[in-house]
Amino acid sequence: MRLVHWLVMSVLVAVAWASFGYLSLDLGRLFDREALAQMAKYAISFFPPDLSADYLVRIWQGTLETIAISAIGTVMAAVLGVVLALPAAGRFGAVPRVAARLVLNFLRSIPELVWAALMVMAAGLGPFAGTLGLAWHTAGVIGRLFAETLENASPEPAQALRLSGSRPSIAFLYGTMPNVVPQLIAYSLYRWEINIRMAAILGVVGAGGLGQMLYFSLSLFQQPQAMTVILAMLALVVIVDGASAWLRQRLAG
Amino acid sequence: MAHADSALQPRDPAALPRLALTVLVLALLWPGFSLTEFDPAVLIDGRSRETMGKFVSTFFPLETSPGFLQLVARSTLETLAIATAGTVLAMLLAAPFALVITRSLSISRIGPGPGYWLGRILRLPARFAMMFFRSIPEIVWALLFVRAVGLGPAAGVLAIGVTYGGMLGKVYSEILESNDARPAAALLETGSGRTAAFFYGLWPVALPELVSYTVYRWECAVRASVIMGFVGAGGLGLQMELSMRMLNGGEISTILLVFLLLVMLADAVSAILRKVTA
Repeated sequence: MRLVHWLVMSVLVAVAWASFGYLSLDLGRLFDREALAQMAKYAISFFPPDLSADYLVRIWQGTLETIAISAIGTVMAAVLGVVLALPAAGRFGAVPRVAARLVLNFLRSIPELVWAALMVMAAGLGPFAGTLGLAWHTAGVIGRLFAETLENASPEPAQALRLSGSRPSIAFLYGTMPNVVPQLIAYSLYRWEINIRMAAILGVVGAGGLGQMLYFSLSLFQQPQAMTVILAMLALVVIVDGASAWLRQRLAG
Repeated sequence: MAHADSALQPRDPAALPRLALTVLVLALLWPGFSLTEFDPAVLIDGRSRETMGKFVSTFFPLETSPGFLQLVARSTLETLAIATAGTVLAMLLAAPFALVITRSLSISRIGPGPGYWLGRILRLPARFAMMFFRSIPEIVWALLFVRAVGLGPAAGVLAIGVTYGGMLGKVYSEILESNDARPAAALLETGSGRTAAFFYGLWPVALPELVSYTVYRWECAVRASVIMGFVGAGGLGLQMELSMRMLNGGEISTILLVFLLLVMLADAVSAILRKVTA
């Protein structure tokens, strides 16, 4: 190891040490016998999970709500993303381009959960807030990508249509769009997969779905019910992962 | 005339399938609109528009009173400390797991030795535990720890430690396995133990990659620790949650701005650190 490595290492160790000090965290006390016993008691209270029929029905509804939040949120994001991507790709001149990119960056850099918390204030508690929260952030992500796709798309088909006399809008729809739509759809589906996972936890700020059920049951000290929600979240993620891997393989092969 | 026109310009042959597909997607999405209580009118109806307008207008100007800025500075430091301490905890958790499951450090793999079954029995639960740690999102862990150890940064540190411990353990072992296994194998075959084989055979080769991935995870932890504040795990997120409760737009926009700066800073620091250590 060179000197610079040792220097970096020692700075990192010092920073880590300072962090524990700043938070006045005492790992020894955090993991002493009493604290561990308390944590173990809390952990045991989660078992067995509540698998009664009517609770499972509510879980099923929560799962459907989660999927609906993610799907509608992604569709809204795709629409808004396309609308913002057109100016961001420089279709309407330099000034709108800079402005639209600024808006997209702003939408993208605020995380879904913060958006959702803000939307809970605007639209009230419930799944609609979560949908809007997902939509804002995802619009920023999809819009930026779609703007890049538009800029990189080959101009020849649209030019050919323009030269043979079509209007600009028709040239765009039939010359440019067919080239870029597959990528837009692929990327939206990919974001949808991410958003299902996100929608499952967005509810902890009151934005509906499984997360809200988890938050409620934990606040009411109903640990067995909370455990069922956590299991449902895990199952949802595993199923989505499996389905997307399977689909990807099928589509690629 | 119109007839002649449409005869001259044949209709788009793909129009019908496209229309059918759109209708199908909309039909599939239809129940979703009621499930999500989709109602944009909520945002623009008279009364709510008035309150919303008043509230949004409070977002500017930013709140810059010295007292509040001091508070924000303190919570920003707390967020950074939570992320750093959490990452350290994750490393402490991940290192032994990674050592246990890394295949190129397995002595029993060289030949059917006495440790074969012990190794298999140990490795499976280790893999399972790490999978469990990382498949529950950090914010859910934070919710749980807030109830187990109380409100405050300790819950955030533990949540990051557990989730990222699971991720780091898996990635550490993958990095160790993807590097040249021959030095370690040579050491093991000439009779050295696991620890020696690790420190002299794998560590020197894999160190830059291990450090670089850990730094990247620290960057993610900064973002995560802000978000975990929303459920009571301390730091900048907690401050934002408080300002939201009080509907103080100016404070919210100040905190959002600080959050964006913090993420950019973490990005830059992580890029520099990775360049230096690589």
